[in-house]
Amino acid sequence: MYAFDYKSPSSLSEAAQMLQNSDDGVLLAGGHTLLPTMKQRLASASDLIDLGGISELQGISVSGNTVTIGAMTTHAQVAASSDVQNSIPALAALASGIGDPQVRNKGTIGGSIANSDPSADYPAALVGLGATVNTNSRSISADDFFTGMFETALDENEIITSVSFPVPDAAGYSKFPNPASRYAVVGVFVSKGASGVRVAVTGAGPSVFRAGEMESALTSSFATSSVADVSVSANGLNSDIHASAEYRAHLVTVMAKRAVAQAGG
Amino acid sequence: MSDTGIGASVRRTEDLRFVRGAGKYTDDMNLMGQAYAHIVRSPHAHAKINSIDSTNAVASDGVVAVFTAEDMAAVGGIPCGWQVMSKDGTPMHEPKHPVLAEGKVRHMGDPVAVVIAESRSQARDAAETVDVDYEVLDAVVDMTQAINADSANVHDDVGTNVCYDWALGDADAVNEAFNGAAHVAKLDLVNNRLIANAIEPRCAIGDYDQATGQHTLHTTSQNPHVIRLLMGAFVLGLPEHKLRVHAPDVGGGFGSKIFHYAEEIIVTWAAAQLNRPVKWTADRSESFISDAHGRDHVTTVELALDENGKFLALRESTLANMGAYLSTFAPCVPTYLHGTLLAGQYSTPVIYCEVKAVFTNTVPVDAYRGAGRPEATYLLERIVQVAADQLGLDPTEIRRRNFIQPDQFPYQTPVALVYDTGDYEASLNKALDSADYAGFESRKAASKAGGKLRGIGISSYIEACGIAPSNVVGSLGARAGLYEAATVRVNPTGSVSVLTGSHSHGQGHETTFAQVVSEKLGIDFDSIEIVHGDTDKIPFGMGTYGSRSIAVGGTAIVNAVDKIIAKGKKIAAHLLETSEADIEFENGQFVVPGTDKAKAFGEVALTAYVPHQYPLEDLEPGLEETAFYDPKNFTFPAGTYVCEVEVDPETGTVDIASFHATDDFGKIINPMIVEGQVHGGLVQGIGQALMESAAYDSDGQLLSGSYMDYTMPRAADVPSFTVDTTMTECEHNPLGVKGCGEAGAIGSPPAVINAILNALAEVGVTNIDMPATPHRVWQAIRNAQAS
Repeated sequence: MYAFDYKSPSSLSEAAQMLQNSDDGVLLAGGHTLLPTMKQRLASASDLIDLGGISELQGISVSGNTVTIGAMTTHAQVAASSDVQNSIPALAALASGIGDPQVRNKGTIGGSIANSDPSADYPAALVGLGATVNTNSRSISADDFFTGMFETALDENEIITSVSFPVPDAAGYSKFPNPASRYAVVGVFVSKGASGVRVAVTGAGPSVFRAGEMESALTSSFATSSVADVSVSANGLNSDIHASAEYRAHLVTVMAKRAVAQAGG
Repeated sequence: MSDTGIGASVRRTEDLRFVRGAGKYTDDMNLMGQAYAHIVRSPHAHAKINSIDSTNAVASDGVVAVFTAEDMAAVGGIPCGWQVMSKDGTPMHEPKHPVLAEGKVRHMGDPVAVVIAESRSQARDAAETVDVDYEVLDAVVDMTQAINADSANVHDDVGTNVCYDWALGDADAVNEAFNGAAHVAKLDLVNNRLIANAIEPRCAIGDYDQATGQHTLHTTSQNPHVIRLLMGAFVLGLPEHKLRVHAPDVGGGFGSKIFHYAEEIIVTWAAAQLNRPVKWTADRSESFISDAHGRDHVTTVELALDENGKFLALRESTLANMGAYLSTFAPCVPTYLHGTLLAGQYSTPVIYCEVKAVFTNTVPVDAYRGAGRPEATYLLERIVQVAADQLGLDPTEIRRRNFIQPDQFPYQTPVALVYDTGDYEASLNKALDSADYAGFESRKAASKAGGKLRGIGISSYIEACGIAPSNVVGSLGARAGLYEAATVRVNPTGSVSVLTGSHSHGQGHETTFAQVVSEKLGIDFDSIEIVHGDTDKIPFGMGTYGSRSIAVGGTAIVNAVDKIIAKGKKIAAHLLETSEADIEFENGQFVVPGTDKAKAFGEVALTAYVPHQYPLEDLEPGLEETAFYDPKNFTFPAGTYVCEVEVDPETGTVDIASFHATDDFGKIINPMIVEGQVHGGLVQGIGQALMESAAYDSDGQLLSGSYMDYTMPRAADVPSFTVDTTMTECEHNPLGVKGCGEAGAIGSPPAVINAILNALAEVGVTNIDMPATPHRVWQAIRNAQAS
């Protein structure tokens, strides 16, 4: 690790100020990607601004048809939340399947989506549910938020404060985990709600994407048989020592079927 | 049986300190004034070093020194402990293995320079400023290409990448048997490259006492005396009395901590240069590219059978990866620890095996849990299954027809070994009962109803433990003896210190060996201490590997105990005013049978140290004895494993539904510890079969260089094992023991793969290589459907 200054703001505005004033400040959420990368000297920061002491970023609330999760809420908290379990059980299930217990008890929803790892689970939930990302300056729809591999729509000094999820009529998430890392080789989140059917795919491509043909088929009939014969093209999908692009394309269909089944389709 | 003697599941005494975080590992040690070493390693698989400029590093904050090969010119290369001869009678090629790269780097991770500083981070900061001018060369990665004449050479002075071309067995007799065979089964397979991944990364601390000229190396080793021998005699030119090697608590080895590594030499040498302690601790990323790897064979195997499924001959041809340099025991792994096991449990009359060892631009490969024997078992149990399938025989039936029978022992195999005892059908039967083999079809039907493919696989393995005797292994190229030493020191008050050359790094020796001594001396388990891991305390030792500790190290202890009892009888005879011949030792008492005359062990011990009433003219005082034990033969644990899998054909995922192991380990000292050893071995074997793979790209970059990509098996990946035993006692050691450390890793991979292929037979898949990852299984199904 290269040397850095550790900062521990107690409010969102203080954190924003620190970020603005630093040469090369980096926000620390759960640290499960950032810290290992820093230890390997692949990343460095002039200031490490720890968001862990900011109460505004914590907590889960339900208001009407919306579940709002504070950016610094851990995966374990989301998984264990009765509010989430009751309103969007597929989201609680997704959180309970991220990484391992250590990751779930330190990693946060805000940290995960800000990192925009192509094989992270949460991007599928945000896009699959049509969520909204709230920051200290604006709100961004999930469809616009993830712009590429490790890329988001966030401005340089913008801080995610929470994510708002509309409660769907039905939803399901199925992932095929990387046997080593437990990241998603392919994860598919499916939902049916006020704004229609959504199918979001993570792990397969450079960034989360919606499977339009599957959405159309499920809009006609929300059943596993609707997606069983719908395949995505392997062109442009990720390929590595764990899975070829063809295998990932195949898994998208399999995981979509299983997600629909979970959603009761 | 007492509750702490032989056969009792005594809880491990060492666990008290381990579970409380009170174990003392090498990295827990910090010496006064110590400096920290960071190794500059090659990022390239193969490159010429044009120059190394360490000017900036030397000037960096806190830097004490920067050393390169030039500074270590007087230091010898890292020695290899075994010389294999090619079939034409010439010795293997043995190119120099420099401590720091000399003019060329030969694998990613090859040490190039060492930066020593006041702190770890200063050493690391400065290391980034060492400017190495590399000229990248073509990397030699694929063994099948490496042996071609037009391949680049890993070692220019050798002129070929073939280290040796070795053979064992009667080629003519085998060819003749194949020519006349009713049936021949043939299989091409790969035994995948693995990384040991011990939980404790390697660590080494060098220390030097200028006043006495004494050098000390604290290191994560399975065999400190072997390191002292290799480093003292071959590398640094230090006599034994000036070099202490200390291996305290060690967190797992699996073979990877047998070998003598460059870092041990660097810190020992640098400590003397700088006259201060120097410490190096690997981080996990460094372990992946600097610990010796395991396995990595590419093999063709053929089995000739008669019309009744009787084996007539076996033929094997293998390329074995050595990596860039010859690690300590690398040459013997694919030869004497491999070819000699090819009879397995079967009475195959003739066998021929040829092995080409190949240099590549990869991390050196050496022994890893099982070392050569898993590779032999894998190819044998796979080809037996292939033959059974092709002949339409049940896999149990083909084995029964070919097993060596109990009345055939001692059994001379056609590949040099003589098995002393065994009853292979007994283990098979017990394993089949345990697994409810007869009920498989109904379980398969139930799986099918759920959309899954179920398969069952069998592996009947044999292994050879406690490699011996020394004169034989010497004639085969070993450059060391393979005996073990023990001292039993009875203290004046009757407590006992046992100094053993075996080394415990997870095996539980402190418990098992104490049980043996408690039983033999009839004294309290708690009054016995097992001391290991320090060349200054223990007379000598060859260490722990190859499941040798109980069979070889345990026997040395028993022999020393026998000497203690013999001397105790003399002392007791004097005290009891009778003849030595009248004394017997039972339950911790020296007694004269038929009388009430008796002296307790403690009383005799005290007399030995307070020799007031003592035959001083005939007997020296004290009660301490040392034994060196060189075994007459290997021991031969054997058993049968039955694995059942359920495959999800949609994703290719393999779930191990059940795993039943029946092992014959001879006599067992601590059943709980043995069961734990089997569990650990099975998980490592299942890891190899399903998950683990050290994958290189064509440039020699390690692709699976972290736990993000190298899949370690986890608890949730394996079922609750059913472990059972049968017993035929080893006949040539006094405990009747055979050893149990590696069996699980040796026997399980073919059981898993045979089960997968059994499951996939109905979708037309006939072969698959390890690791059978979901991707690979799915691809195999898809390819079978396409053809």
